[in-house]
Amino acid sequence: MKAFSELIDRLVLTPARNGKLALLTDYFAQTPDPDRGYALAALTEGLDIPAVKPALLRALALERIDEVLFAYSYDYVGDLAETISLIWPDTGRTEEDGSLSLSAFVETLSATSKLDAPKVFASLLDQLDPSERYAAIKLVTGGLRIGVSARLTRQALANLGGKDIIELEELWHGLEMPYRDLFAWLENKADKPQNNALALFRPVMLANAVQTGDLDGLDPDDYRLEWKWDGIRVQVSSEGGVRKLYSRSGDDISGAFLDLLDAVDFEAVIDGELLVGRPGEYVGTFNELQQRLNRKTVSQKLQKQYPAFVRCYDLLMLDGTDTRSLPLTERRKRLETLIQTLDTERFDLSPQLDFDDWAQVDDMRKQPEHPVIEGVMLKHKDSPYIPGRKKGPWFKWKRDPHTIDAVLMYAQRGHGKRSSYYSDYTFGVWQDSEGRRELVPVGKAYFGFSDAELKLIDKYVRENTVDRFGPVRAVTATTEKGLVFEVAFEGIARSKRHKSGVAMRFPRISRLRWDKPANEADTLETLESMIETAPVD
Amino acid sequence: MQPSDLLKPMPEGLYCPPGDFFIDPAVPVHSALITHGHSDHARSGHHSVLATAETLDIMALRYGDGFAARRQAAKLGSPIDINGVKVTFLPAGHVLGSAQIVVEKNGMRIVASGDYKRMADATCLPFEPVRCDVFITEATFGLPVFRHPDDHEEIRRLMHSLRQFPDRTHLVGAYALGKAQRVISLLRQNGYDRTIYIHGALEKLSSYYQAHGIALGTLFPATLETGNKDDFAGEIIVCPPSAFSDRWARRFSEPMACFASGWMQIRQRAKQRGVELPLILSDHSDWDALTQTILETEASEVWVTHGREEALVRWCELNQIAAQPLHLVGFEEEAE
Repeated sequence: MKAFSELIDRLVLTPARNGKLALLTDYFAQTPDPDRGYALAALTEGLDIPAVKPALLRALALERIDEVLFAYSYDYVGDLAETISLIWPDTGRTEEDGSLSLSAFVETLSATSKLDAPKVFASLLDQLDPSERYAAIKLVTGGLRIGVSARLTRQALANLGGKDIIELEELWHGLEMPYRDLFAWLENKADKPQNNALALFRPVMLANAVQTGDLDGLDPDDYRLEWKWDGIRVQVSSEGGVRKLYSRSGDDISGAFLDLLDAVDFEAVIDGELLVGRPGEYVGTFNELQQRLNRKTVSQKLQKQYPAFVRCYDLLMLDGTDTRSLPLTERRKRLETLIQTLDTERFDLSPQLDFDDWAQVDDMRKQPEHPVIEGVMLKHKDSPYIPGRKKGPWFKWKRDPHTIDAVLMYAQRGHGKRSSYYSDYTFGVWQDSEGRRELVPVGKAYFGFSDAELKLIDKYVRENTVDRFGPVRAVTATTEKGLVFEVAFEGIARSKRHKSGVAMRFPRISRLRWDKPANEADTLETLESMIETAPVD
Repeated sequence: MQPSDLLKPMPEGLYCPPGDFFIDPAVPVHSALITHGHSDHARSGHHSVLATAETLDIMALRYGDGFAARRQAAKLGSPIDINGVKVTFLPAGHVLGSAQIVVEKNGMRIVASGDYKRMADATCLPFEPVRCDVFITEATFGLPVFRHPDDHEEIRRLMHSLRQFPDRTHLVGAYALGKAQRVISLLRQNGYDRTIYIHGALEKLSSYYQAHGIALGTLFPATLETGNKDDFAGEIIVCPPSAFSDRWARRFSEPMACFASGWMQIRQRAKQRGVELPLILSDHSDWDALTQTILETEASEVWVTHGREEALVRWCELNQIAAQPLHLVGFEEEAE
């Protein structure tokens, strides 16, 4: 358990992706089976052990320590799992006993009835040190919350074995804890595991953004054009009665979309965009779609309010035949035929659009016909379906982002190599209330500027600090003086969680407006007028 | 005689009326007894100072030779008479020169322990428990959540990280007096024999430790006179904790913020400060050491000062020991 607890303690404090990958890869390389397999399951949310509720944990702790001392401690630490892990009495575990292994922990709990789980869990805690106890509590209360995605974990496995992550993703859903055959293959001790499971994830084909000059010399006739809808990329996989919905990184998100899966009555693997609304009538904004994302289950009410459907654009398997090596036009023909047999409330076809030349495509992506469109997709008519992001066959060309001018209000020190720089910025726009002009914070951004610009902003922050709160500095931001940022973002929606009542998607600093007087930055009114409301089609 | 006739809290600090002296006063006084050289205990400007020779030297290094008009070195274990009060300095195990001060008169014995720890430390003498009537204890880490792990284990985590991230400069934040030298000493004890680079604020104190025979190996100033940024990749640089948010830190390649402190036990503290590698290394006593020490002194009364007084007072109540918080002012929670 020691290595695993050390791993999660480090991961939570390591901001850089490469740092996280190094920690994960080293852990998998140095930890024996089956411990590393259980850790892998825990990191990819695949570990199923009896849950222990926080209230019960607290009760277990209070059987062991004075409640006043517990209250002082919890008040100071602020986190229940951490308080209990630290305060739990050491019951004389000696060095010779060695530490309880992660696999022993998981296997013991798995073999325990729900009724006995608290008692057994307490006896397991007795055999662990504080950091291990913290990891154990996190495992039974669900959710490690350490900022590591399942995909990043798979990337670490790919790095460990020198494999392509695509190969791993294709394999992934047929594998079982504790993944002995997977590790054996990664370490070149065995052949690639055979995958006989049904409705597996097929790694997706990705597009490259159009850069200046990319389209020069390409023949428009060779390409097919579609709108790029602002939903999430999904794969509907149905084989032999097994039906799954995967995100584009291969996470199984079926549980949150049972309404959609109920309508799956075909043998095929479809690639498309998940949206909410009703095909042909209404397409919801990304904000509406978000009401249904990142949930394990979804209430009837939410399913009704935000019905999910898939706008289909590709076909990877049909009736047991792999279609990925066929040219796009062929796959499309089969898809068009298939669509006609599907539930029209849950599936429709992403239409192909007419165009004459690249200039016209440029106009179209700048002025999409619907607010939930974020640009266009260009796909070579003969392109086979190749996983990964190969340059050439597929392009995406997004509309230009929205921009506003906002005033820097707070700056926070960054992490890692930016830890001596004020690099995370909270910015605000003006609001007139009772005759006074005030700045309301509307967002945070920590990229979009160059290293040279970062130095200048950092200098400005240090020289114009008016208050400090730990790692955060408040900077001068008045109608007379303030630093104006041009902030670019993808969309804006109403939000109850933010004081301003609005939330931006993907905000970043697009320009520093040293020249612009703070007083001339935008107002909250302007921002509100940009809120996407999706009209009826 | 009541204990408070011998020592009592005053606005200036802990005062002994019959001896007419203060212990670790927060403001300049006529006569001060100093437990150790940390700046919230050892202030400059007293008329006369009684402390161990090391503490006097450290005060001179920090404040200059004029830090007090008169100074007297206390020999560990040798009683000194001050206006009829018997005063004895004994090691506290906190930093080099740190001492507990035993104050006795008419059969009443009070121990003012200053800051202390019970974990072995090669850079200072170990704490000696003394039986007494009243034990005055610190409570910096006076909550049952503070359980300091093995210090060698923590240092090995640092050495492991160096192997894992050989391109990153490991900046170890450590308090300039005591902690910094202990970190370096622990590294040496665990076989780390490369040059260790130090921030300018650590130079005088580290040389002083070395002059006292504490093996710190080869130390170099962390300056960039000749080479470039990458010179420090994979090296250890020890600096005061405040330095990694200074512009000073920018000279290093991919710095990794490591912080050696008892506060690093609390994850949120590490997170707030942007620390990537927290090292739980404290020169104070953890909860178990505090309560164990109270029992060892067999004190019938405990006075609790600087830190989480209330939890330790509660523990004393549960164990039928009279206890009260002292509420002395002037001690910094963060000075660790």
